[in-house]
This record gives sequence, C-alpha cells and structure tokens, in this order.
Amino acid sequence: MAKHLLSPLPGTFYRKPSPDAPFYKDVGDTVAQGDVIGLIEVMKSFNEVRAEQAGTITAFLADDEEPVMAGQPLVELG
Amino acid sequence: MSIRIITPGLSTTVQDLGRPGYYHIGIPLSGAMDMLAAQSANLLVGNPEGAALLEVVFMGPEVEFQRDATVAVTGAELPPKINGEERPTWTSFAVKKGDVLSFAFLKKGARAYVAISGGIDVPVVLGSRSTYTLGALGGFEGRKLAAGDVLPLGEAGNIREGRTVPEALRRSPGSPAELRILTGIYWHRITEASGRQFLADTWKVAPEADRIGYRFRGGKPLDFVTREPPFGAGSDPSNIVDACYPYGSIQVPSGTEPIVLHRDAVSGGGYFMVGAVISADMDLIGQLQPHMPARFEAVTMEQALLARNDRSRLIDRIRQALA
Repeated sequence: MAKHLLSPLPGTFYRKPSPDAPFYKDVGDTVAQGDVIGLIEVMKSFNEVRAEQAGTITAFLADDEEPVMAGQPLVELG
Repeated sequence: MSIRIITPGLSTTVQDLGRPGYYHIGIPLSGAMDMLAAQSANLLVGNPEGAALLEVVFMGPEVEFQRDATVAVTGAELPPKINGEERPTWTSFAVKKGDVLSFAFLKKGARAYVAISGGIDVPVVLGSRSTYTLGALGGFEGRKLAAGDVLPLGEAGNIREGRTVPEALRRSPGSPAELRILTGIYWHRITEASGRQFLADTWKVAPEADRIGYRFRGGKPLDFVTREPPFGAGSDPSNIVDACYPYGSIQVPSGTEPIVLHRDAVSGGGYFMVGAVISADMDLIGQLQPHMPARFEAVTMEQALLARNDRSRLIDRIRQALA
C-alpha cells in the first residue's frame, strides 16, 4: 500500500523555498525521515513540512501554491 | 503543580476573556478569539468562565501534566489524545500526573481551547492573563509557548469528568460563513453599486489571517466616490483622517482586501472602514481556516442587538447544561 506524507496545517502549499528556486523534491527522488518536502504558508509564516517517513516519491498529490487542509496527503511514497 | 510543553504547536498562547479598558491607549482586547468555546471549556472542567486556558491554532501541542487534572477541548475539531488514545472534544476527561496530551490532525474549525482544572496561573497583567504577543504583554512571558516551557496551574476544585456541551449548543461557521455587519460612517466613500457588490461577493480567508486581523480576498475591488483628500488624509482613496478602529471593524486598504480587526488589533489608523462585524459573530471568525469562503451580510442595529441577546442566551443555556 502506498504511503502518504500529510500536511500538518491548513494553508498554501509551496514546493520550493522561494519563487525562483528549484523544487525541494521531485517525483523519483528519495526522501529520508526529516527531509523538507515543502512549505505551508499560514498566519504570515512559512512552515517547513518534513517527511515523517522515508521512501521514494511516486507522486505529488498537491500542486505548488495549492490550498491544502490539515491532514491532506501531499506526497505519495513508493 | 504545572504543565510542561513538549512541543508547542504552531502558535499556542495563554488566553482568557481579555483585557478590555485600554484600547484607547493602544492596548488591544486580546483574549480568546472564540469566546463561547473558551467559556464552554472552562465550565466543562469546573473553572470560572474567565480562567486562563490554552488557545491552540491549527496544530496541537504536546503537553505533559505534572499533576492530576480535568481537561476539556472545545472550539475547533482538533481531536485530543491522552498517551496516544483519542478523547472526545467538548467533553471533560481526567488526566493523571505524567500523562501526555497530544492532538490528531485538525478536522474542522481553526482554534481549539484547552481548559485545565484550576486554570493556568500566569501573572495577571492589566486585569488579564491573556497574551498580547505584539506587545510582549501578559500570558506566559508575553509570547507564544515554546518547547520546555513550564506553566503553573491554579488550585483545582472537584473532578468533573464526563460532562459534555450538547451539540445543539455548539456554534460554528457555515460554508460560506455568513458574517453579519453594520455598515459604518465611511460607507458613503464607496459607490452604491460597489457597496452592493461587496455584500454580494463571496470572499475567501487569506492565509495571512491571524489574531490581529482576518484578511479576506477574492471579491471585486471597491469603487470609491471621487473626492479631494481632506487635510490629514493620505492620497489613496481608501485613506481617511486618522480615526479609531473599533473591534470588528472592516478596513479595506486600497479597496482590495477587507481586513476584520480582531482581538489583538491596532486601535487606530488612516484606512476607511466599510463597517463592523457585529459582536455576536466575532466568535465565528476565530474558527475560519485559510481559503474558507465567507460573505458579509448587512443588518440593522436592531438585528445586531437581537443577535447579541441570542448569543447571551446561548451562554446561559450552556451554563445551565453544565451546572
């Protein structure tokens, strides 16, 4: 069964640290526990989303700049 | 006797019913953004309604208890867990010394209130234990909580576990949230058509919304009536000669994004206000998540006062249900 990395917060999801920077992670990349996979913007702060488990990214389930809810799957791990 | 913060969550602060009486010198009300939920939480654990509790935003903290206590979590649907085992919201439950309170993901709403029997016994500053973070005033060292903080608890009365606020007495915003407003003395600054549009549009909560102000976007920009700026007002059509900002007032800088001033707001400035959200609906704003839809509905002063009475009666019914 696929594993998911979930958003800890409601807000706006960003896949990169600044508008002209590359994505933190792409499909096919491996993630270790604690790796930053994106940011959630809420209440004038940008909060890093860290992987709670390790794996290889098979899909992004939320796009860059997409509104997300707390508990929403952001990334699928193979 | 105390609690220890293991992880703080996003922005967890000590709040009570606020610090009214100093707004004219620039010190805001502060206090719980959803007052009804905060009062309910205190009543559930047998505290006075104005006891200090934790306001938790979007993401829960982890808290270790250093004595036995009764706890209740109200407001947002942020399911509490004791030593990993889920507990119901809006219901008091017992905790033992050494137990750890944590939370599952937020399901609904924005702010949860965590009342602990005895209340949080931080010093009273200007009549309140509420935290005003911008002014570094009150609460725990004037700031949001951090890992390792140890907060003293007051003396608790009897254990009161297993009491519940009936669902019919819990209030939460609909979707879209309907926020009733009184239009204000600057309403004439926008055209009649623009005023109608403002009330017809569905707005969305901006991610920046916080305890200072709730910002909305997505509606049509306002059209101002042309004028010569009066002496002392800025040149932007949304500027006025500096004036007082009431709690709940809705300013629209440059006519684009309405901001409803809330518990930690500044008390004056130079932006015109279309009106103010009625006092009865301010609790609802505290439960709005980013990107949630909301509409503004104009009501009369009479309707606003009736709504205020309805809200008072609701508090009375909660008091009776938990007496």
